[in-house]
Amino acid sequence: MWTRSLFSPKTDIDKGTYVTLSLISVAVILALWCLLTYGGITPRDFLAAPHEVVAAGIKRMANMSLFEHMWASLVVILSGFILASIFAVPIGILMGSFRAVQALIEPITGFMRYIPVSALIPLLILWIGIGIEQKIMVIFLGTFFQQLILISDVSARISKDLIDCAYTLGADRRRVVTRVLVPACMPGVMDNLRVTMGWAWTYLVVAELVAADTGLGYMILNAMRGLFTDVILLGVFTIGILGLITDFFFKWARRRLLPWSADF
Amino acid sequence: MSMLSLRDITVRFEPKGKPPVLALDDVSLDVANDTFSVIVGPSGCGKSTLLRLVAGLETPTSGRLELDGQPINGPSADRGMVFQSYTLFPWLTVRENVMFGPKLKGLSKSECEDIADDLIKAVHLDGFEKSYPKELSGGMRQRVALARALANDPRILLMDEPFGALDSQTRQMMQELLLDVWQSRRKTVLFITHDIDEAIFLGDEVHVMSARPGLIKQSLDINIPRPRHIDALTSPEFMDYKRTILSLMHDEAIKAEDAANQRKSA
Repeated sequence: MWTRSLFSPKTDIDKGTYVTLSLISVAVILALWCLLTYGGITPRDFLAAPHEVVAAGIKRMANMSLFEHMWASLVVILSGFILASIFAVPIGILMGSFRAVQALIEPITGFMRYIPVSALIPLLILWIGIGIEQKIMVIFLGTFFQQLILISDVSARISKDLIDCAYTLGADRRRVVTRVLVPACMPGVMDNLRVTMGWAWTYLVVAELVAADTGLGYMILNAMRGLFTDVILLGVFTIGILGLITDFFFKWARRRLLPWSADF
Repeated sequence: MSMLSLRDITVRFEPKGKPPVLALDDVSLDVANDTFSVIVGPSGCGKSTLLRLVAGLETPTSGRLELDGQPINGPSADRGMVFQSYTLFPWLTVRENVMFGPKLKGLSKSECEDIADDLIKAVHLDGFEKSYPKELSGGMRQRVALARALANDPRILLMDEPFGALDSQTRQMMQELLLDVWQSRRKTVLFITHDIDEAIFLGDEVHVMSARPGLIKQSLDINIPRPRHIDALTSPEFMDYKRTILSLMHDEAIKAEDAANQRKSA
């Protein structure tokens, strides 16, 4: 029996137990929240009660404003993320497999990776203004350099034997890249796009810090001025749920597009 | 006439911050048409380097390599190779993997498929044409790799310990299958292994290599009648060959060990 125990490492548990444990963790957080608010332990303007958040949500869904904020944020996030990916995937793949490309790019990425995006906002405002371009640029800068490093690692880890094998089958350099290196990188690329998509969401509030009049980040920042903790929490939950949805989408797309890759 | 000829091949590696290594020292080797040649040697004797030179994946420090009288200049489809590691392209099905070479040559789709299906049958994998490599066992993957290398109809087939990662039962099965395929298709094969039994069982001739510097110590013709089956492994003549090669390699192992100890104490 002990091979099925909850306490042996790297051992599978049955699905029912898994779901139960997951529900318990969510239930504990909810219970704690109820206790703090309905139990009168924290003042209401410090932490809104569950029903107040639900009410705030219903009100903002009824007048559609929540959806407008969601849409505005999605446009910013997806534009920045897709733009970053379009450049990071090919450059990253080349960077990981061609020493010359690595030599050209690594100093810049190594440096840029450590710059907080928020530190660049004053320059972004100066250079590209305060429109949506500036917000997209924040997401772009926040994800691009991270993607570059991760994808270059994926490419560097592709087995040399796979490449050599393609040569002995008659492939020239160009085809080794297009028909072997690129497809071999795809599972790793998908995994890292999924991870960096999560990071892109975390830049949302920073992106909507300046001169926004719509978006979930703006909604949260705006609510802060009046200490509307119900709206702040609503914004937080909405971002979390949208993040979960994009995560599921990536998992689904990986299974759909790369059925040949090992399961994860 | 020998189709593959290696003349005075020397390979010196010069790793940064370490003394240079003489991986191959003045090696000469001839492989005749349609012969199954095996190179056996301890690990680190440079046998893989030798094979990679023939494949064109590396260049010698000095010496001449010729295939059919033409100097070898980089890799090409006329020298197919099977690697020890699993090198099937995981995004391609079994059939697409085997079709990889013919497709690069620009053959039509139906020609490629005919070649592939024929070879898949030869390695007993019919029914798995549409499977992805992740669904196959290690032995099956290496059978596909063999079919894929043969699909180009190469002048010579290079095999770098292709069964090294397999368990011994599967390995035995693969050896017999390889001989079957070789017998029916008549290919020139250059096969690398550190397994003496495998070398004798497969080869028309066995070249025993020594380590550091890597050179061919002795070459033996294996006169065991073909087709060979598993009982060949226990025949008296097999044992004679094995005794000879074992003692050659034993001396080598001791020498290599001594050399390693000297390097350490130096």
